[in-house]
Amino acid sequence: MRGVQDIGGLSEAPIDQSEHNYALWEKRIDALMVLLSGEKKILRVDELRRGIESLDIDAYNELSYYERWIASIAKILVEKDIITAAELTDRMADISKRTP
Amino acid sequence: MKPLFPVGSRVQVSDRETAGHMRTPRYIRGKTGIVERQCGLFRNPETLAYGGDGLPKQPLYRVRFIQSEVWSDYIGSGTDSLDIEIYQHWLNPAD
Amino acid sequence: MPHDHPHGPTIDPERLLHYQNMATAVRELLIEKGILTETLFETKIKEMEDRGPALGARMIAKAWTDSEYKARLLSNGSAAAEELSIPVDGTHLIVLENTKDIHNLVVCTLCSCYPRNILGLPPDWYKKRPYRARAIKEPREVLKEFGTILPNSTSVYVHDSTADMRYLVLPLRPEGAEGWSEDDLAALVTRDSMIGVSMAKDPTIPTRSKKKEP
Repeated sequence: MRGVQDIGGLSEAPIDQSEHNYALWEKRIDALMVLLSGEKKILRVDELRRGIESLDIDAYNELSYYERWIASIAKILVEKDIITAAELTDRMADISKRTP
Repeated sequence: MKPLFPVGSRVQVSDRETAGHMRTPRYIRGKTGIVERQCGLFRNPETLAYGGDGLPKQPLYRVRFIQSEVWSDYIGSGTDSLDIEIYQHWLNPAD
Repeated sequence: MPHDHPHGPTIDPERLLHYQNMATAVRELLIEKGILTETLFETKIKEMEDRGPALGARMIAKAWTDSEYKARLLSNGSAAAEELSIPVDGTHLIVLENTKDIHNLVVCTLCSCYPRNILGLPPDWYKKRPYRARAIKEPREVLKEFGTILPNSTSVYVHDSTADMRYLVLPLRPEGAEGWSEDDLAALVTRDSMIGVSMAKDPTIPTRSKKKEP
């Protein structure tokens, strides 16, 4: 079966050349991946890619770049038991209740 | 592991079904090209992706293909080419 | 003009918040578990912000003026970057020379592989489906969309960055910049010319004052 990422030759859409300034939350995710895959060797780039590729096709196409990254990173950290699913959901619930 | 394919040799990309993570895109499978350079030995991403150590390292090549031989509807020059990095275990000798 | 939110015409704010919270949660948990620290994050972000096209432009400008450096650049891009104190951190850099006969274009069809340690983070379009899917199959049409028109006598070589190599295009040195200093030449080298979608800037179009070396 063709992977969601295996798209060479598959589009005819025009290229939207607009760009955006990377927001802090995006830079933090990028830094997270560099730190985890660098000397810490906790997560490899290949695992990150595999996690992204395991997204269903709608998620792959609709999520923005760093949303896909954090979805993958979180999944693999839970897989490796570095954080638990419960810890993650509890913390996310706490965060959503914090006043900005 | 000593690389099998010298620079300039003709190689064909395997056209096999696989599951899981791999770095050989579908568009190049079954196509024949020429080894442009040997890139060195690298861990196998197909097993690294699942927590493996990626060993034994695989020879990696840059292989050059003529675009009009990759895409039946290619529009451009007959000398336009496509270079792609492919691991040895995806290559077979051609001709 | 760049804008400050992730691109997409129908970005759902609730969904975005969900993933931002996920990122915050992961970061906090890893710090609490002693795996990472806030300082490490700040340092890494700063390091990444310090990398950008100006680094690549220095390499290109030097190659344009120093044929021996150019030969080293084409033979071992990573070593040539390190020569200019550009830390490549394990990147295997291949530099592709554009000539009148050959124009090179780089894409990562499977994801977004890019010479980040030299050029910084890639532009949004490089990471999205239309570029990734089309640059490999219809490079000349893609180049036209970026305003780059090549005669059929110039071959187009597309490079799919599928594995461990990373690519930088050495654009053609523009006409009309003879005798220029490296700094002034570097100002002609754009990020897009090092990806291969554009040529270097035309020096006869005034954008800044230039001083020629005597």
